[in-house]
Amino acid sequence: MKKVIPGLLVFIVALFIWWLACRTGVFPAYALPSPGQVLLSFKEEFKAGRLVNDVVASLWRVFVGYYVAALLAIPLGLWLGRQPRVRNALLPMLNFFRFLSPLAWIPFAILWFHIGDKPAFFLIFMSTFFPLVLTVMAAVATIPSIYFRVAHDYKYTGWELLTKVTFPAVLPQLITGLRVTYGIAWVVIVAAEMVGCQDGLGYGIWEARNGLRLDSAVCYMIVIGLIGMGIDRILYQFTKLSNVRWGYER
Amino acid sequence: MSVGVMKDSRTTGSLLLEKVAHGYNGLQVVHEVNLAVQPGELVVLVGPSGCGKTTLLNLLSGFLTPVSGTVRTEGLVRTVYQQDGLFPWLTVGENIGMGLRGVKDKGRQERELRELLELIHLGQFRDHYPHQLSGGMRQRVELARVVAGDSDILLMDEPFSALDYQTRIRMRQELVQLLEKRPRTVVFVTHDIEEAVVLADRVLVLSQRPTRIVRELVIQAPRPRNPTDDVVVGATRVILEELGLQVHR
Repeated sequence: MKKVIPGLLVFIVALFIWWLACRTGVFPAYALPSPGQVLLSFKEEFKAGRLVNDVVASLWRVFVGYYVAALLAIPLGLWLGRQPRVRNALLPMLNFFRFLSPLAWIPFAILWFHIGDKPAFFLIFMSTFFPLVLTVMAAVATIPSIYFRVAHDYKYTGWELLTKVTFPAVLPQLITGLRVTYGIAWVVIVAAEMVGCQDGLGYGIWEARNGLRLDSAVCYMIVIGLIGMGIDRILYQFTKLSNVRWGYER
Repeated sequence: MSVGVMKDSRTTGSLLLEKVAHGYNGLQVVHEVNLAVQPGELVVLVGPSGCGKTTLLNLLSGFLTPVSGTVRTEGLVRTVYQQDGLFPWLTVGENIGMGLRGVKDKGRQERELRELLELIHLGQFRDHYPHQLSGGMRQRVELARVVAGDSDILLMDEPFSALDYQTRIRMRQELVQLLEKRPRTVVFVTHDIEEAVVLADRVLVLSQRPTRIVRELVIQAPRPRNPTDDVVVGATRVILEELGLQVHR
């Protein structure tokens, strides 16, 4: 409980500053909705059921795009980490795509996949696949060589070497990498839905802007932030597994 | 001691180096070393740091192939490293269990594991992870792991050098006890002359690079030995003399 109090205090102060800014009229009322207006708008959105629908749509898109990215990136990273030659050949290309903002793909996403879930899947994939491959690859490449020598002494080879030595050796870094790239995915989904979809949290904000309903936009922003934090908390639980603690306590 | 009878009554591992030489990029590190280690023997290689001890050990383990000469090992070889050789994602029990991978019978596996944990006095620590243990405890787990199951030859690369002096003395005693229960052929590398003399059946003094064996010393006194025993002190003097470290007053 004691740990929560300072955070709660900061939250209350932030809320107060927001309220004060509205009262003093720094911005016109239509450009900065007050906490009260946002609360009303929350009620409205829930009643209409739109907000829940948008949350589900966004979560689904992030889940699919991110899941496919992780499913391909982790094995590829594990393999590349142990193949210095292939790694050196692919590294510039992987880095190039990592630094290319996923939003740059939006025109292609829409032309290739039209409007709907698919362009969002694609954009999430493009934004998370490359950083994830690089994270896993770098983690494997920096495994202390002593582990592989020990593994050789105890006859770990092939599949067993991969699953019982390489994988657990990078697991702490992998979990961190998953948390970071998940953060990217959750940021990108909002932009992706603004242009490529007809629902979802990003589309909700876009709609609110078009109708000049910034109270509704703030609603959506709050939900986006909270869900982002919530899922990170879930991923954070993995760092508590007893067989990865060594990676964080040294 | 049911387990002891199964394999350990007879030690089988042996090692043979014939005119082994090795180097990196024209720098000669090992110069024509001949060495035969008998089954059950504990040979200690002692020499100054950077003299190529670790290279020699890597040649013995097969991790390196010599530029010339032949290395022949008979039996299953395992190495103990200076530190951090345990897998940090496995518990103490699971790490020792690695050494029992070759044991097919689950019941025997469990019995051996328990026995080994008792031998290194870490029965209470079976489910602890290496990072939760002290340096000395970790090295004890390493010792248990290498003697577990069907290993024949143990290579030890300065296994106690990262420990403080008192822990080091205790670890030598533990190693002697462990080898008493589970005889193995051991090649032990160290820069610590006292350690060499306390442990060895035979001490081989190595020269500066390129490494040669400059002195061979057989120590017949029974183990365990103390650093203060006459035999140990005498042998230490001989080695110091050989290395040019003995002060004459």
